[in-house]
Amino acid sequence: MPKGKDTALMSWKEVPFGCYILEPGNSVKFKTGDWRSFRPVLDKEKCIKCGQCYIMCPEPAYEQDEEGYYIVNLTYCKGCGICASVCPKGAITMVIEEV
Amino acid sequence: MLKELAKFKGFSAKNLPKEEPFAPGHRACQGCGEVLALRLALKALGMNVIAVSATGCMEIISSPFPYTSWRVPWIHIAFENAAAVASGVEAALKALKRKGRFPKNRRVDVVAFAGDGGTADIGLQALSGALERGHDFVYICLDNEAYMNTGVQRSGCTPYGAMTTTSPPGEKSIGQMTWKKNVPAIAAAHGIPYVATATPAFFLDLMNKVKKAALVNGPAYVHIYSPCPTGWGSKGEDSIRLARLAVETRIFPLYEVIEGKYYITRKVTKPKPVEEYLKLQRRFRHLTEEHIREIQQRVDAEYERLLRLAECL
Amino acid sequence: MGKRIAKEVSIAVAEAVKQCRVDVIAAYPITPQTHIVEHLSELVANGELDAEYITVESEHSAISACLGSVATGARTFTSTSAQGLALMHEILFITSALRLPVVMVVANRALSAPISIWNDHADIMAQRDVGWIQTFAENGQEAVDLVYHAFRVAEDRRVMFPAIVNIDGFTLSHMIEPIELPDQEQVDQYLPPFKPRYKLDPRKPISIGPVGIPEIYTEAKKAQDEAFKNAYRVIIKAWDEFEKIFGRRYRPVETYRMEDAEVALLIMGSLAETAMTAVDRMREAGKKVGLVRIRLWRPFPLRDFVRAVKGVKMLAVVDRALSPGATGGPVAVEVRSALYQVPGRPRVVSFIAGLGGRDVTVEDFEEMADKAYFYLKKKPKESYEMIGVKE
Repeated sequence: MPKGKDTALMSWKEVPFGCYILEPGNSVKFKTGDWRSFRPVLDKEKCIKCGQCYIMCPEPAYEQDEEGYYIVNLTYCKGCGICASVCPKGAITMVIEEV
Repeated sequence: MLKELAKFKGFSAKNLPKEEPFAPGHRACQGCGEVLALRLALKALGMNVIAVSATGCMEIISSPFPYTSWRVPWIHIAFENAAAVASGVEAALKALKRKGRFPKNRRVDVVAFAGDGGTADIGLQALSGALERGHDFVYICLDNEAYMNTGVQRSGCTPYGAMTTTSPPGEKSIGQMTWKKNVPAIAAAHGIPYVATATPAFFLDLMNKVKKAALVNGPAYVHIYSPCPTGWGSKGEDSIRLARLAVETRIFPLYEVIEGKYYITRKVTKPKPVEEYLKLQRRFRHLTEEHIREIQQRVDAEYERLLRLAECL
Repeated sequence: MGKRIAKEVSIAVAEAVKQCRVDVIAAYPITPQTHIVEHLSELVANGELDAEYITVESEHSAISACLGSVATGARTFTSTSAQGLALMHEILFITSALRLPVVMVVANRALSAPISIWNDHADIMAQRDVGWIQTFAENGQEAVDLVYHAFRVAEDRRVMFPAIVNIDGFTLSHMIEPIELPDQEQVDQYLPPFKPRYKLDPRKPISIGPVGIPEIYTEAKKAQDEAFKNAYRVIIKAWDEFEKIFGRRYRPVETYRMEDAEVALLIMGSLAETAMTAVDRMREAGKKVGLVRIRLWRPFPLRDFVRAVKGVKMLAVVDRALSPGATGGPVAVEVRSALYQVPGRPRVVSFIAGLGGRDVTVEDFEEMADKAYFYLKKKPKESYEMIGVKE
C-alpha cells in the first residue's frame, strides 16, 4: 500500500497563496473529450455556417475555421449531441466513438 | 425606457462577441443546460467583470484545483452568500475608484451566479438585502429546479409534481407538492430597475437581457432556466429542445420587468400542451392525466396573470 | 502625540478604525457592539471617514461582504457580538483559508439561551479554531492600540490573515476611560496602505476559492497552518514597532507580581484590574499570588506563556465560557495541554466565572486563589468548577 501522501498533487510548500488559481482558464488543459461515446460528424455539403452548433455548445468545443465552417474540437467535445439536435439543416450526425 | 439602455442595440447572430470568458475543460455533465446558460451570460458580459459564484454545480465543475474555467476574476465563498460577497466587491470598487486606487473610468461589471437553491432557498436573504441596498450588480440565477450537485433534492424552485430524491412520489405523494417559487416576482418587488427571465434556447434574448442587466445602474436580476439532463432524466441532446418547449408551453414565460413595468419578450399565442414538455423527462413520468391537467390549468392561470401584469401597467 | 481624552471605549475604537483609513465597513447591529458601528456610520455620513458603509441584512452577509471587499483590495472592517459572531461562524474559516485580512472587533457577549446581552467569552471561545489572529484587550487604550496593530499585522504580506480584537461587552465597550488617540501622521507611519499580493481585477484575473480535491486539501491546510504560525513573529515585530512610534509596549502575555508566585490566576480581557486588586490584597496577607493575562490568544504564544508561569505551583485559570462536559474551561484545557510537556509544570485548576454579565469581584478572585492553594494539598473532585453560582 502506498502512503496517503503519495496521491498529493504537490508539496504543501508549492501550494499557491490561499490555494488560488493564478492562470485564468487553465481548465483547457483538462481534456474532457475522453468522456465521449458519440462523436459529431459534420456534412459540409449541408452546412450553412449558421453557427447554431457553436453557440449552443455547453463546453464550448466549436471553433470556426478559415472557410467559415464551425468545427468541433474533439479535445473537449463530450458528445452530448446538442449540436446535432439544434442544427437546422441536419448537417451533424452523432456516430458511435470507436474505442 | 431607461436611459442606460437607450444606446444598446442588442447582439445579433452576426456580431456575437468572440471572447469566451468561460473556458472548456470544465466538468459539467454532457448536455448541461446550466453551463451553457453560464457561458452565454459571460459571453454577453465580456471580460471586464468580476464574477462571484455561490457553491453549486457551476462552482464545482469550473474550479477543481488546480484548474479553473474562469478567464475573468472569480471568487467563491459559500452557498448562501453570493449576493453579499458581490455587495462587498461592488462597494470596494466604488471606494477604490473614489480614492484613486482603481481607474475611475474603467467599467467593471460585478456579477453573482447562483443556482435555484442558492437563490430561492438558502441565499434568498442575502439576495434580498443586496437588491434592497441598491448595489450596482447583476445577479443571475441559473435555475435547474433542484439541488443537482448534491444528488437531485427538491428546492423551492422545483416544479409541482416533479420527482426528486427528497420529493419522491409514493402512495401519499405525487412528488413535489408545492408550486415553483416565483423568484423574479420577489426580485421585482424590491423595486430594482431590471428583472428578466431567459433560457439558452433563445440565446440572443438571453445575451441581450444579461447585457441590459449589466448596463442599468443599480441591481438587476436575471432568472435563467437551465435544463439538467442528470436531474431531470432527460437526454443530453434534448436540453435545448426542453428549454424551447418550456417557453412554447408557457411553463417558463420570457419577460422583462423594467422599472416595475412588465414586458413579455416572447408572446406565446398558440401554446403547446404542457404534456409535450413533461413527457420528455423522467422526473414527471409518474404523473397521471389528472395531474397533468392540474399543471396545465395552473400554467394557463399563471400566464394570464402575467399578461394582465404586462397590460395594465 | 495625541491627547488623553475621556471617551467611551466603543467611540474610541471607531475613531481608531477611522484613523486606519478603512475603505469598506460592513456590519449589522447587535448589542453591545452597536456604539462602534453607530459611530462609524456617523463618521461616514459626516464625510469624516471616506468609506463605503454596507448596511447588510445579517452578520452572515456582513462577513461575506467583507470577504468580497478585501478580495477586491479594499481595507475592510466589521464588528459584532455573540449571536452575530455565531452566525458568521461558517465564513470565518473561509476568511482565513483564503487569506483575506478582514479586521473585526468583537464586543464579547454571552451566547443564548437564555438570551443574554451581557458579557462573557462564550462567543469568541466558539471561534477558537477559525484561523483568525485573536487578541484580548484589558482596557480602552489597549482596545484602540490593538486595532492599529490588527490592521498592521493582518495586512502584512508575510501574514495575510484576518484578525479579531476582543473587547469585553459593556464592561469595556461601554466604559468611559481616558484614552490617547494618536495623531493621524503617527497612524499613517505605523500602518502603510493596503497592498495585497492578489486581488480581483479584470486586468489580472485569478480564481479564488476553488474546490480542494483530496489530492490538495491536506497540503493546502498545512500551508495555511505554517503561514499562520509564522504570523507570530510579525505580531511581535509589529508591537516592537508600535512601541517605537507610540511609546506603549505590548507583549503576548502580561504578568503581575509573578516574581515568586506559588499560585497564579490566569485571565483574558478586562477582568485584569479587579484581579490585580485581589492579588495586591492577598500579597498583603502574605499569600504568594500573582496574575497572568493572555493578550494574544491565536496563534497561541506557547513560549511566552510557559516562561510567564515558570516556578508556579498552581495555576488557577479563570474561564469566562463554559465547555459543557469538557475537562475544563476552554482556556484551562488549552494551557493544561500547553504545559503537559513542560518539566516541573504547575498544576492547573479550571474555574468558570463571570458568565452572562455576572460580576467577578475581588472576593471571587480571592476565593479562587484560596481554592487553588487548597487544591495543592487535595485534588479537586471535578475537572472544572463554577464560581459565583448560588447553590
